[in-house]
Amino acid sequence: MNFESIVPMSYILATVLFILALGGLSNQETARRGNWYGITGMAIALIATILGVVTAQYTILLVALLIGGSIGLFAASRVQMTQMPELVAILHSLVGVAAVAVGYVNFMDPTEHLTGVELTIHDIETYLGVLIGAVTFSGSVIAFGKLSGRISGNPLALPARHWLNLGLLLAAIWFGREFVLQSAAGGGMQPLIIMTVIALLFGIHMVMAIGGADMPVVVSMLNSYSGWAASATGFMLGNDLLIVTGALVGSSGAILSYIMCRAMNRKFLAVIAGGFGTGGGAPAAAGGGEDQGEVVPVDPIETAELLSNAKEVMIIPGYGMAVAQAQHTVFEITKTLREKGVNVRFGIHPVAGRMPGHMNVLLAEAKVPYDIVYEMDEINEDFPDVDVSVVIGANDIVNPSALTDPDSPIAGMPVLECWKGETSIVLKRSMATGYAGVQNPLFFLDNTRMLFGDAKATLDEVLKNL
Amino acid sequence: MKIGVPKEIYAGERRVATTPDVVAQLTKLGFEVAVESGAGAESSFSDEAYSEAGCDVIASPNDLWAKSDIILKVRAPESDEVARIRSDQTLISFLWPAQNPELLKQLTDSGATVLAMDSVPRISRAQKADALSSMANIAGYRAVVEAAQHFGRFFTGQITAAGKVPPAKVLVIGAGVAGLAAIGAAKSMGAIVRSFDTRPEVKEQIESMDAEFLMLDFEDDEDGSGEGGYAKVMSDEFIKAEMELFAEQAKDVDIIITTALIPGKPAPKLITAETARSMKDGSVIVDLAAEQGGNCELTVAGEVVVDSGVTVIGYTDLPSRLAAQSSQLYATNLRHLLTDMTPEKDGNIVVDMEDELVRGATVCKGGETTWPPPAPKLSAAPPKAAPEPAPVVEKEEKPRSFLSTAIAMAVAGAALLGMGAVAPESFMSHFTVFVLACFVGYMVIWNVTAALHTPLMSVTNAISSIIVIGALMQISSDNSLTMWIAAVTVGITSINIAGGFAVTRRMLEMFRR
Repeated sequence: MNFESIVPMSYILATVLFILALGGLSNQETARRGNWYGITGMAIALIATILGVVTAQYTILLVALLIGGSIGLFAASRVQMTQMPELVAILHSLVGVAAVAVGYVNFMDPTEHLTGVELTIHDIETYLGVLIGAVTFSGSVIAFGKLSGRISGNPLALPARHWLNLGLLLAAIWFGREFVLQSAAGGGMQPLIIMTVIALLFGIHMVMAIGGADMPVVVSMLNSYSGWAASATGFMLGNDLLIVTGALVGSSGAILSYIMCRAMNRKFLAVIAGGFGTGGGAPAAAGGGEDQGEVVPVDPIETAELLSNAKEVMIIPGYGMAVAQAQHTVFEITKTLREKGVNVRFGIHPVAGRMPGHMNVLLAEAKVPYDIVYEMDEINEDFPDVDVSVVIGANDIVNPSALTDPDSPIAGMPVLECWKGETSIVLKRSMATGYAGVQNPLFFLDNTRMLFGDAKATLDEVLKNL
Repeated sequence: MKIGVPKEIYAGERRVATTPDVVAQLTKLGFEVAVESGAGAESSFSDEAYSEAGCDVIASPNDLWAKSDIILKVRAPESDEVARIRSDQTLISFLWPAQNPELLKQLTDSGATVLAMDSVPRISRAQKADALSSMANIAGYRAVVEAAQHFGRFFTGQITAAGKVPPAKVLVIGAGVAGLAAIGAAKSMGAIVRSFDTRPEVKEQIESMDAEFLMLDFEDDEDGSGEGGYAKVMSDEFIKAEMELFAEQAKDVDIIITTALIPGKPAPKLITAETARSMKDGSVIVDLAAEQGGNCELTVAGEVVVDSGVTVIGYTDLPSRLAAQSSQLYATNLRHLLTDMTPEKDGNIVVDMEDELVRGATVCKGGETTWPPPAPKLSAAPPKAAPEPAPVVEKEEKPRSFLSTAIAMAVAGAALLGMGAVAPESFMSHFTVFVLACFVGYMVIWNVTAALHTPLMSVTNAISSIIVIGALMQISSDNSLTMWIAAVTVGITSINIAGGFAVTRRMLEMFRR
């Protein structure tokens, strides 16, 4: 067989399958098929490469594949749905490591001999691949730490951090120039290593400066970076499959970041620069935040009564539901109410949770049928007809001051307008402010009832009384 | 501190400034409460009920005034009462300082601290103490009840065996708190309700109550909103157009309820005698502005007059006619104000002149007149509609200027051309693939449903481990360092491949209809 042309053909096939895999995600019905396209594409690419390119060390290769594959399968079968963001973050870091390793090995490879412009371009490609890979790696590790609670979720605000970032960027560019010059003379390892360290520091610092609720942006951004790293590696190796796949993943992550930023009405750069509310917003929040009136508490028995007497119920889950693992109880309540003829629906804010689509996954895990789960834009106009909205562990995404108070740090962020309904029940552990540090006037409205306590425990109590 | 609640001595006043329910809550704040014997009799609160709530019942008003530190009243004090006030006492009641300058002066001279419930500022925080709103709400409801009392037909339309009954048509002029309450009451009795207001922002509120908003055929868009959510005086042309509208409507409707008031001014005359008389026989006009001179020329304050078959009701004591309800709401308003003034909850009030709510209500303190207060900072939305914050912040999406777009395009173009000038052909072909792939990705990803964003991330993560190809290309190297690094890389990426696809599959399995 002529592997010379079979390999590129398989790569084209794999590319097409990858595109179909992403296209399949456009709705729930085709998504499972899409995943199989992805798996097939990956298998084809792997087999073609192993048969066509690899010439030795098959044993080591297979052992590595087997070990890695079983670790991956094990982790995937054990992970809880609430921990998805952590898993995705740590998997991103692996792509970063791989990009760095491949870049180094490629640079050390003595067999390639390029000269002139080709060498320069190749060096730049290598340099970029390692740079993006290293940022992805360290950033993802920190994101993992933050998401799993090993590192505090608060933004770390170093003094003059913008200058620090700028300094690191300039240093990376300068070492890039050094690297290209020295590489032409046969050296270049030293600047490459220094740059790698800088990139690692940059990744750490960048994610440290970003707070918990901005995590959806961070996770999708790292997703994007892992794609660009693969793409840069593809350029370096002259491999179109890597370039295309990397570009697909890169643009996917970029679009997700954009969607998340739009959902918070924030600029991408502002999120990356970190430190929510450090600008003009903080004093305004403090000024308007105190003593807005009284909250009306409610107990689970009354909540159950309110829910049973309602016709239209909207459930608005937030990160608190994930933390309390309350999604199953929520579904039990939903089921009971729907049997009684109550129309229960779910309203999902794009940035609810810690990664894009986090709430959807949790609700799907609890077997909530996806056709009663709606996006914010689909149901926001229905709130005037809703009898009871149940807000579970969410705060900023239901804050009316985003629309009414131009000085609020979250001004202009689209929010779920549950206060337009008859009654809102807010489940919360305490009266603490949300991530943005903004007091929520919703809690003080006449038609809002506060149900304090752990979401799981209180909802169990509500379920008992239904 | 001791709170004393005397019996109202104003003729016909049936309300009382506290109720047994509220007494219990005041006691929790650390106050001792005493009421004058019989104070709640007219509003159906017996002395026994007060005693049970933990309240002293004192027979003599003199004793009550002498023993109390804080006096709560409904009506402004009469001259007998003013004479009893001591400089160490605090009085809280309705006062109308603008209309009663003489009373204000006497109170100032007494040295006492006096808070006027009618001067509570219209800020969001003060709504819970806004007695004007709670009384207006009752007045609006009662106006409809009074109208029904004097109107000889059903409100609701019916088709019965004995014939068809047309629904009553009600026109509510002025859709403030009272007007909206009247609209709600009339609507729930089944009438056809129309409403007019000079402030265009209330159109939505009127329509939200299912009433018809009458548009004025008037060219200039004149906005009648004044400070603090109240109406202001309109131009002559506007008033003329308005009167024509009313004259036309009067011939059609059965009941007119007028609630038009402008703070500090006599009520505008909106219904001329001629207009009123043009109404059908048996029609009713309820004039809620009777105390300030009335919106109708036929109104006689405090009386019901019948002129040419049209009944004009000019009661000035509508809240007092629903005494139990208004006492309860007024007492709660007072409690909220006292709660605000008792930060330590130890039964000692603090008159904090830095507090906008307390500052606004306080009309005199320590022998000095502190009325009128500085203007409130915010124009509150009309109180009825407060739980419905209007979306003020409009999304401003500035279209990027043509120039900046052009510059960005030019820079990008120049960069591409510059790269094309030096790059070798192999790079260019890869670059073409790269750019096209970015566009394909862009097109495909926008179609992904938001519910599947998490699976999207895990699947893209899995396919980005295609970087394994790089390691596979290197693993066959003779250099053992290269080989081992590549092997480890293969191991790491295969974690990603297997983990990513497996977890995506697990998630997608869960998405069931």
